[in-house]
Amino acid sequence: MKNNRLLQNPFYKSLMRNMFLTVILVSITPMILVIILLLSRFQTSYEEKVEAHLKELVLKHKQNIDGFLKERMNNIRYLSKVLNIEQLSDEQFLDERLAILQSEFGPVFVDMGIVNDKGKQVAYAGPFKLGEADYHEAEWFKKANTYPNFVSDVFLGLRGLPHFIVSAKKDFKGGEYILRATIDFVAFNNLVENIRIGETGFAFIVNHAGEFQTKPRAASVPNRAILDELLLEGKKIPEKVKVSRKEDSSGRDHIYVTASLKNDDWMLIYQQDTADAFSIVRKAFQIALLIFTIGSLGIVIMSYLISHRTVKRIARADQEKEMMNQQVIETGKLASIGELAAGIAHEINNPVAIMVEEAGWIQDLLEEEEFKKSENLDELNRALKQIGNQGRRCKEITHKLLSFARKTDSRTQEVDINQLIREIIGISEQRAKYSKIVFQSDLYSGLPNVRASQTEIQQIFLNIINNAIDAMEKSGGSITISTRQSTDTVMIEFADTGPGIPMANLGRIFDPFFTTKPVGKGTGLGLSICYGIVKKLGGDIQVKSVVGFGTTFQILLPAITTQNETMNINNG
Amino acid sequence: MQDTHPSKMPIRLLLVDDEAGFAEVIKKRMAKRGVLVEIAGGGSEAIQLLRSNDFHVAILDLKMEDMDGLEVLKIFKKMVPRMPVIMLTGHGSEASAREGIQLGAFDYLTKPCELEDLLKKISDAAGADHKEDLK
Repeated sequence: MKNNRLLQNPFYKSLMRNMFLTVILVSITPMILVIILLLSRFQTSYEEKVEAHLKELVLKHKQNIDGFLKERMNNIRYLSKVLNIEQLSDEQFLDERLAILQSEFGPVFVDMGIVNDKGKQVAYAGPFKLGEADYHEAEWFKKANTYPNFVSDVFLGLRGLPHFIVSAKKDFKGGEYILRATIDFVAFNNLVENIRIGETGFAFIVNHAGEFQTKPRAASVPNRAILDELLLEGKKIPEKVKVSRKEDSSGRDHIYVTASLKNDDWMLIYQQDTADAFSIVRKAFQIALLIFTIGSLGIVIMSYLISHRTVKRIARADQEKEMMNQQVIETGKLASIGELAAGIAHEINNPVAIMVEEAGWIQDLLEEEEFKKSENLDELNRALKQIGNQGRRCKEITHKLLSFARKTDSRTQEVDINQLIREIIGISEQRAKYSKIVFQSDLYSGLPNVRASQTEIQQIFLNIINNAIDAMEKSGGSITISTRQSTDTVMIEFADTGPGIPMANLGRIFDPFFTTKPVGKGTGLGLSICYGIVKKLGGDIQVKSVVGFGTTFQILLPAITTQNETMNINNG
Repeated sequence: MQDTHPSKMPIRLLLVDDEAGFAEVIKKRMAKRGVLVEIAGGGSEAIQLLRSNDFHVAILDLKMEDMDGLEVLKIFKKMVPRMPVIMLTGHGSEASAREGIQLGAFDYLTKPCELEDLLKKISDAAGADHKEDLK
């Protein structure tokens, strides 16, 4: 509590604040820098890695799909090359070929048909009843009629199911015919559908017009604008695989990896939420944030504790220094007063001695016959006796002063507390008398000595007595000094009959700089110095006070007992 | 000056004190009590007096202006080892008085002292043959 009050001092407050902020700044700045640096490096390299991985994945699939299409095409071309039109027109024969293809490649080929240059289907093998179908209006037929080999976009066609056509045109004797096969959409779709990474990564194929050639996951298809952009970019840059990032209309950031297929006719697009693709980066950010928060919290708490504790220690050291300075000053004061008093006492002794002796000489002379008859002889004798008495009184006073002054010795030695009290009463009696204060003492005759410095003990006693006299200056009263011994402790009590100390001040009277005396009268250090000395000697000082009745100071000091003494000698 | 015991040899006392007023009145009062006092106002004067005179007892003030009382005491003890020396000290300088005793002083008294105390010490110092003189 004492220290906290001390810390309210603006100097210590600002010292504490500066220390606190400096420690925080010095500790948190490097932490922030390191975290930012590491995160940015991690983010860059991780993103590069993820992009490279996606590129490779898409490239692999592109090659896969291109390979698939090319193979299907080759199957058809082969058939058209090795078979003649009679064989191809034979539906049963065609059925057999289809069965072979299906057993070879699985249910990829759905059906097969041969169409003449008018668009009329000549023969058909497959599950649908499309025998005499007329395709001359169909989009695919127009194109298939133009190119020797052709893969159509996905369309619904006559059967009402998504599919696409692989065709080969051949000039037979009797006209141009087109051998076409339908590729099962589900089988083809699986090629792309299998690309799934994380929560949101998926792939799909669009044609040059942006129409979906595979069934994308319905939840998050890119909008038209993005598709157009991707298609445009894909054409501009003839790279095999391209990575880009785009924000969709709802503000979500996606990563797109594109690759062209089927001689730039189609485009394989891989899409994933950026947040999902780089979820590890996000996690790293979260962990870093957590570490940063915990670290900062720790730093703040520690720097608060450190600065608080350090400043508290500084404040206490300052206070101790101040008190020590004050004590040195007080001791010095006491010593110089002692020297001065001793000097004066010595000087006064000589004239007083002469006066007393001269009076004695007059007395000697008065004893001779010629003065015996003098009528004033009695009066003269009385006056001489008085001179003698007063001379002795002077002597007593100077002796008291000298005894006191002699003890301005700060070395630690055995101190006879009772003797010291008697001397201090002798010194203070005169001052007390003017204020109608009487001293009473009840000193325990068998009191053991105390190991201390005479000056310091003097200082304590004088301080308490002077305070008591100050308190009773107007009212008068008594100061009772008593000594007791309890086992290995010497107890000294100073009880006055003064006005007492209010409860509110009682807890603070040993605090440095606490004073109720008017400015300039007291430093507020007297009792705190007493406290310091008593504590240093391993003792204790307590105060009890009742307002209106008086105050009692009780000092406990360790006594020198024979046992202690033996121990000290052994240790020494 | 009256001698109350003219038949006997009075005690010869050397009083070394630089406080002339004190020494003079002591001399007079001592004389009245049969002690013959010679005054030396300082250490050097006392040494000179001691060269040419015999004294039964010396009283030596320890605090003098010209010489330190203990130094004077050492010289006294060298010159006339058998002469008892009573020291006068200020109150509170008992330590130097004790030092004086170690150096061979007979006894000490603190100033200011009662004449009766001084006389008693002198008679103690002077020894039995002079004791009756002072009574």
